[in-house]
Amino acid sequence: MQANYNETIPNNVDLGDDRRLLRALERWQPAYLQWWNEMGPAESSKFRVYLRTAISVDSDGWAHFDHVRMPDYRWGIFLARPEANRVIGFGDHKGLPAWTEVPGEYRTELRRLIVTQGDTEPASVEQQRQLGRTAPSLYDLRNLYQVNVEEGRHLWAMVYLLHAHFGRDGREEAEALLERHAGDPDRPRILQAFNERTDDWLSFFMFTYFQDRDGKFQLAALSESGFDPLSRTCRFMLTEEAHHMFVGETGLMRVVQRTCELMREFDTDDVRAVGGVPLPMLQKWINFHYSICLDLFGSERSTNAANYFGMGLKGRYQEDKRDDDHRLVDTQLEIPRVSAGGIETQIISARAGMNLMLRRDFTLDSQRGLDRFNKVIGAHDIDFELTLPDEKFNRSIGIFSEIEASPSGGLLDAESWERSKDCWLPTEEERDFVRSLMVPVTDPGKIAGWIAPPKRGIHGQPFDYEYVLFR
Amino acid sequence: MDDQASTAPQHPIITFDAQPDGYKHWRMEIDGRIATLTLDVDEKAGIRTGYELKLNSYDLGVDIELHDAVQRLRFEHPEVGAVVITSAKDRVFSAGANIPMLAAARHADKVNFCKFTNETRNAIEEATSLSSQAYVCMINGTAAGGGYELALACADIVLVDDGSSAVSLPEVPLLAVLPGTGGLTRIVDKRRVRRDRADFFCTTGEGLRGQRALRWKLVDALAPRTRLAEVARTRAESMAANSDRPISGEGMQLTQLDRVISSEEVRYPNLAVAIDRTARTATFLLQGPDSPPPGSPEEMMACGDRFWALAVARELDDAVLHLRFNEPDIGTWVFRTTGEVPLVAAHDDFLLENSQHWLVREITLFLRRTLKRIDVSSRSLIALIEPGSCFSGTLLELALAADRSFMLTGTFEGSNLPPAVIRPTRMNFGPLPICTGLSRIETRFLGDAAALEVLQEHIGRDLIAEEAEELGLVTFAPDDIDWTDEVRLAIEERAAFSPDALTGMEASLRFPGPETVESKIFARLSAWQNWIFQRPNAVGSGGALELYGSGKQPDFDRGRV
Ligand SMILES: [Fe+2]
Ligand SMILES: [Fe+2]
Repeated sequence: MQANYNETIPNNVDLGDDRRLLRALERWQPAYLQWWNEMGPAESSKFRVYLRTAISVDSDGWAHFDHVRMPDYRWGIFLARPEANRVIGFGDHKGLPAWTEVPGEYRTELRRLIVTQGDTEPASVEQQRQLGRTAPSLYDLRNLYQVNVEEGRHLWAMVYLLHAHFGRDGREEAEALLERHAGDPDRPRILQAFNERTDDWLSFFMFTYFQDRDGKFQLAALSESGFDPLSRTCRFMLTEEAHHMFVGETGLMRVVQRTCELMREFDTDDVRAVGGVPLPMLQKWINFHYSICLDLFGSERSTNAANYFGMGLKGRYQEDKRDDDHRLVDTQLEIPRVSAGGIETQIISARAGMNLMLRRDFTLDSQRGLDRFNKVIGAHDIDFELTLPDEKFNRSIGIFSEIEASPSGGLLDAESWERSKDCWLPTEEERDFVRSLMVPVTDPGKIAGWIAPPKRGIHGQPFDYEYVLFR
Repeated sequence: MDDQASTAPQHPIITFDAQPDGYKHWRMEIDGRIATLTLDVDEKAGIRTGYELKLNSYDLGVDIELHDAVQRLRFEHPEVGAVVITSAKDRVFSAGANIPMLAAARHADKVNFCKFTNETRNAIEEATSLSSQAYVCMINGTAAGGGYELALACADIVLVDDGSSAVSLPEVPLLAVLPGTGGLTRIVDKRRVRRDRADFFCTTGEGLRGQRALRWKLVDALAPRTRLAEVARTRAESMAANSDRPISGEGMQLTQLDRVISSEEVRYPNLAVAIDRTARTATFLLQGPDSPPPGSPEEMMACGDRFWALAVARELDDAVLHLRFNEPDIGTWVFRTTGEVPLVAAHDDFLLENSQHWLVREITLFLRRTLKRIDVSSRSLIALIEPGSCFSGTLLELALAADRSFMLTGTFEGSNLPPAVIRPTRMNFGPLPICTGLSRIETRFLGDAAALEVLQEHIGRDLIAEEAEELGLVTFAPDDIDWTDEVRLAIEERAAFSPDALTGMEASLRFPGPETVESKIFARLSAWQNWIFQRPNAVGSGGALELYGSGKQPDFDRGRV
């Protein structure tokens, strides 16, 4: 390709001057575009979508809006600006200058961290591939595509790191990121939650509320990394992740809002008949998505996580706001343990408990949005509270994977679990019902009946703006 | 000498008994000519407490079941021509030996554990090459360390090609120890992976997957997830089709061993092991057969597992394992026999004449494995050949395996037993080799073809002590007057030496001659591993094995030794 890369691939990494990197990306880009066309948003290549493109990391440069065809989207490579004299903030190398090159002894671990993160980015695009057919409004359709192209950019960001710092292995891993696919029985994505289907919009909002929040915490932990290019990459990605969570939180908020309105208008608790999603059903979706997201954090006690911390590769959420020595060599942590008599506690090295610490931060953060939803419910004089299920509920990974528990945390035997789980998790019938609500609305300013319109549009545009041009 | 007596073992005793319906970690399924062994480790069911067997990692308990399964498939399932080993865990084959278990284990336990797992993997290879029961490993997910080493013991490795699953030997980069269950040896010696590639492979923690693993000969085939089982099955079927094992017919059920363990003795129908804690000595007294061999393989089948050659192999094997694991302080094993030389020789003839029969072949191979276990046991071995003994053929191998043997010249005063004789049989000249591939007699007379020829002329002849000594088949032949003192002094002297020095010396003297994959694993690889297992870089308070799971990075002593 003869293109001017600084034009087609907006970047702040001097791509134009790095011939080795250019060659690598040149080879990868066609494969990426092919992947986007085959696995990205279905039947969308002709649409012109009102998208934000980051063209520089400056405050006026990273939010550039225009109608663009998605295959022509300028997926860029941006690293947050370097911090002068940055030092490693935790682990055994705390206080030493941050690494600008991959430390040889941690090459494998770093690559694994980047590949695991990178694998989730295209995965979510694949999972959401069919959603464009049933968007409740043009505004929502545009938000979906915005999230999708940014996840694509996140993939670029990870591929950049692999190409720039990991040689041949990195290039192979970059190819493999396009070869695994969400839900593919032969080559599935690495993490199970990224192989589930996201085929209705309620699930999409749940996904962007919970899974993208997991993404936020993973990125936040990686942005603490002593490997500076990873840190800077993740810091920039976090700005985009915030928007994805905004889509999730406002989306769920608008569903709650609509449900409450329908309950008041028709004076009924069961809004199914009038085309709404009942609050208990929302609760079930929360139960499902929250519990599989807890699994994304991995085992409560993890040697890998301990190593990543000790090596200075992956820190805790907001490491610098923590009041400790940031080394945690002899610090201990209480974690749960399943025993014959129920749940007990055990003491482990704090380093080995990194996954659990990050997960607890995630839980606190997840609760905040729920509090806002509950305010809306309360404002409609409705006596109902949305809650996060207990950490023991519906788990497949870690300490609690071997037991069953109710959403309130009570332990259950296998038989009671089988009997009750349909009261807590979406049933096929309920999924069918939610799918039945998913009728596409493509007229500007119109919206489906199960969700309230947003309070405001995108980038100062009104709600009835033509966010997506189909011609 | 230090005459402080050793005490009876404090740990709960480890036994090697298992039954497929009692397996906690494996499932055995048989479908036509193909058996499937599925690893599904119960995390909570470790043989000791203090660790969880995550990600299909294994401990001795898991391997005892595997050992039992491999053994039963050979004896109880003549129809099985190929075995598929796989895992029931999604996207995980096996993470290898459990690290917290290894880190917590005493040095001797680590060594014992590794030796036993190595022996089982050798038995898997032997089943493929000599029993016509070929092993196919179907790797359905991550196979790391000992997980991949188990695959390496199989004849054929099929790896799922899912873009993630890799085979790896991460011991060096992650744990500062070696892939000591044959891994290092088998990749270069058996699979002929180029040594520079092997070097790369063994230092990349993540290992290799897909096409590259195939190109580098780390696996034999790739298969997509949805077709993995089918591909493995097809490959197993083509191996089974080449098997010479009978397509149908009864197997030989291995019933529960009849065994009584007390602090002074372990007793079986054909073997009693007396333990003298003061002398730190275990004396094996093997009972020869009390009747002639059966007239045909069919008659042998009718005897069940009480058929002498099979029974004595099982009992000896079990006793060796018991002493290795439960009686580490008993440093000297003394072998004695009682019975009729002609009956032992007749049993040898029966086994040799019917060597084409699948079960006869199995029994001979089992004797061979058991004798090999004795060769690689870290105990001083002494054989006492006295009047009334029956060191012929198979049992003569015990005397040939010993580090030193004593044969009484003449008779004991006041005894009416005739002088002891030994009788070599064809069994001593090939069917029961040591791990180098040579017979014990060839090893004894390494490079001396003339001596071997002379010895071959003595097959079937009863040799008295003077002749045996002259031919070099026994070390010393004292008479009645010297016997008691010579034997006592030899044993007492042995018990006084450093056990470490003895182990090293014996292991160095027992295996002259060529090397094989097996001998390299037991000598070179295990010796290095056991050295590393003692070094601070692995097991010191700041060593990699000790720190594993804590997130602390080891601080190596950088000096190369
Ligand atoms: Fe992302
Ligand atoms: Fe995201």
